[in-house]
Amino acid sequence: MSYHAFLGGEKFCFSSLKQVLAYASPYRSGDELAGVAAPDPLQRIGAREALANIPLRTFLNEVPVPYETDEVTRLIIDSHDTAAFAPVAHMTVGDLRDWLLDHETDGATLSALAPGLTAEMVAAVSKIMRNQDLVAVARKITVRTAFRNTQGLPGRMGSRLQPNHPVDSLPGIAASMLDGLLLGVGDAVVGINPASDNMANASDILHMLEGVRVRYDIPIQTCLLTHVTNTLQLMERNVPVDLVFQSISGTQEANAGFGISLSVLSEAYMASQSLGRGTVGTNTMYFETGQGSALSANAHHGMDQQTAEVRAYAVARAFSPLLVNTVVGFIGPEYLYDGRQIIRAGLEDHFCGKLMGLPMGCDVCYTNHAEADQDDMDNLMMLLCTAGINFLIAVPGSDDIMLNYQSLSYHDIQTLRSLFGVRAAPEFEEWLIARELIDAKGRIRVNSPSIFSGMIPSND
Amino acid sequence: MTDERPISWQGLQARTSARIGLPRTGNTISGAAVREFQYAHVRARHAVSTTLDTSRLNLSQPLIEVESRARDREEYVRRPDLGRQLSDSSRESLPHGQYDVVFVIADGLSALAAQQQGPAVLAAMIPLLAGWRIAPLVVAHRARVALGDEIATCMGARCVVMMIGERPGLRCAESMSLYMTWNPQIGMRDSGRNCISNIHGHGGLSAMTAANSLAWLLKMARTRNYSGVNLKDETCTIEQTDQQKILSDKSGK
Repeated sequence: MSYHAFLGGEKFCFSSLKQVLAYASPYRSGDELAGVAAPDPLQRIGAREALANIPLRTFLNEVPVPYETDEVTRLIIDSHDTAAFAPVAHMTVGDLRDWLLDHETDGATLSALAPGLTAEMVAAVSKIMRNQDLVAVARKITVRTAFRNTQGLPGRMGSRLQPNHPVDSLPGIAASMLDGLLLGVGDAVVGINPASDNMANASDILHMLEGVRVRYDIPIQTCLLTHVTNTLQLMERNVPVDLVFQSISGTQEANAGFGISLSVLSEAYMASQSLGRGTVGTNTMYFETGQGSALSANAHHGMDQQTAEVRAYAVARAFSPLLVNTVVGFIGPEYLYDGRQIIRAGLEDHFCGKLMGLPMGCDVCYTNHAEADQDDMDNLMMLLCTAGINFLIAVPGSDDIMLNYQSLSYHDIQTLRSLFGVRAAPEFEEWLIARELIDAKGRIRVNSPSIFSGMIPSND
Repeated sequence: MTDERPISWQGLQARTSARIGLPRTGNTISGAAVREFQYAHVRARHAVSTTLDTSRLNLSQPLIEVESRARDREEYVRRPDLGRQLSDSSRESLPHGQYDVVFVIADGLSALAAQQQGPAVLAAMIPLLAGWRIAPLVVAHRARVALGDEIATCMGARCVVMMIGERPGLRCAESMSLYMTWNPQIGMRDSGRNCISNIHGHGGLSAMTAANSLAWLLKMARTRNYSGVNLKDETCTIEQTDQQKILSDKSGK
C-alpha cells in the first residue's frame, strides 16, 4: 500500500509501510549502507508526518516480511493480544506517542498494553519520539525478573560482570571476576564470552564459575555466552548451567545466520526450565541483540535496522528472559557511525524493549573504528540510568581484551549508583553488606583481593 | 572465609592483561590510569586512520598497488561494500597470468599491522612454497577481505592470501590476520576462507608460526581443491573470518 503526507504544500509519497518506517528513522550509517535511508532530511520529516497519521491497526495487516515465509512475522501476528490492544486500537502512531507521554498513562497501564503492541508498532512510535520522550516513557515501565536475585525493581539497577580473557585462561578470567565482585558488580549475571567454542573449555569455565558462586555463597547467576546448541549439550552433560544465552535477530533468515530458529530456542528454554536452579525466580534465558545484525546477514528484507531490531525483541519475549541487552555500539561504524548515532540507538533499543515488556539492559560500548569515545559512553550510561534501565555491562577498566572494544568499567557502575541512587539487586546488596564490601553509606570500600583469593585457581 | 591465602594485585595482573586492580579516587579511576587509557584509545584510532605507506614495507621485490572503490578512510569505514570492490583503474592495472597464489598486503583497519607484519610473514612464506607459481605482490589500499577475490579473479590466481590489519584493540593496535581462499569467486561467502589471526609482536602469533600454519593450509587446500570451514577440523589455528567475528563474537559462535 502507498502512503503520503503534505507539508508546506509539498506532497511526500511512500510506496510501502516499510518505506515509511525506514525513511522516518533518524539518520544512521547502516540504513544508508542498506540503501533504505531517506534520501534527504525533508523526505525524513515527510515520512514522520505520514507515519504519525497511520492507524495502529494497519500494522496488523501490512507486515515488512511475509507471514508465509518468516517465522518471526508469524510469531508477531499469531501472538498479538487483541484484548491488550483494545485501549489503543483506535489510535494512530501519532496518537500513541502523545498518549504514552500523558500523565495518566502509568507503568501498570503500559505493562498491560505490552502484549497488544507488535514490534513494528513499537518501532514506529519510537521514530517520532525525541530522546527525552524515549527516556520519559521507558522510566515509567517496570519489568521485574528473577533467578537467584531480583532484577528490575524500582530504584535498582543490575550489572553484568564480563571477565573475558583472550585465551580463556581460568586464572585470568577469575582475576577479572574477583576485581568486579570487589567493586560490587555482577548481580545481573557473571557472563563470559569464550574465545573458543571448545566444549571441554566451556565446561571448565562453567565449573569454575559455579565453584566461586557456591564457595562464597553469592546470590548471582552465571552464564557462558556460547551458542545455544552448545549450551544444550552442556546441560545434557550435567555441566552447571544457570542461564541459556543466545544472540538473536529480527528475521528468520538472520536467525538462520546465527544458526538458530524458534524451535531450537524453545528446546533450550524447556531444558533450562527443567533444571530448576533458580531460587527466587524462574527466568532462565539471556539474549543479546543489536541494530545491524539483520543487514549484516543480508537478511533485512528492505527494513531499516531499527525496525528489524525491535522484531528481535518479539523473539525474546516469547521466552520470558531474565536479561536482554542490546550491544549497541559493538557492531561497528558501518551501522552506527558515531557517538550521536550510538546514543540515539541505545535510547531507542531500551525504550522499545521496555515497551515490548522486556527486562532491557545495554552494553554501552564502541569500537575503535567508530567516531566515539568514553565521553559518549558516559553520556549514554547516564541517560539510560535516568531512563530506568534494568542493567548495564561492565568490564575491567572499560577495556575488553578479548573482543577488542570498549564498554563501561566496574567503576562506572559505582559512579551511577552514587549519582542516581540506583542500588544493586536486594539479595546481592545484602551479600555485599554481609561481606563488608560496602560501608554504612553504601559506598564500595577499597577492598583487598586477598578477601577472595580462593577464587583464583592456583594449579595453572 | 578465614582460610584465604594472601594475594596481591601485582600477582593477579600477571594472570591477565585486563585492567584490573586500578587505583581509585572516590568511585572512579585515578587520573593516571584514565590518561593511560586515553593514550591507548588514541593509538588505536591512529592505527585505523593511518594509510599504508609502501616505502615502509622495505620490500626488495616489485609490487602492484591497487585501491578499492572507497575514496578515503572515512568512506572505507562506513561502506564495507565499496571496500570489497576494485576501482576501475586498479582492475586494469593487474596483470593476468597462470598463478597458483597471489599474496596481498592490505591495510584493513590497521595499516600499521600490515606494514609491520606483512613483509615478515611474506619473507617466511616464500621459502616454504617451492614449486608454486607466485603472482607479483599486490598492496591494497582501503581493502576489506573480499577485495582479494576480485584481485585473484583479475590475475587468474587459483588462491589468494589476504594479509590484512585487524580491528585494533587498546592492548594491541597492530595485529594482522591472514585469510586464505582457494578458488576465490566474487560474492562468495566467508565460510569458504581460512583465517589465521592475532599475528603481532605483543605476545601474539609470530610471523614464522603464522607462515608455517599458512603453508600447511595452502598445501591441504591444493590437495583437496577447496578451503574454508571443511578444513577446520584438522588444525587448531583456524579462527573465524572477520565478518563472522564482528557479527557474532559476543555470541561465541
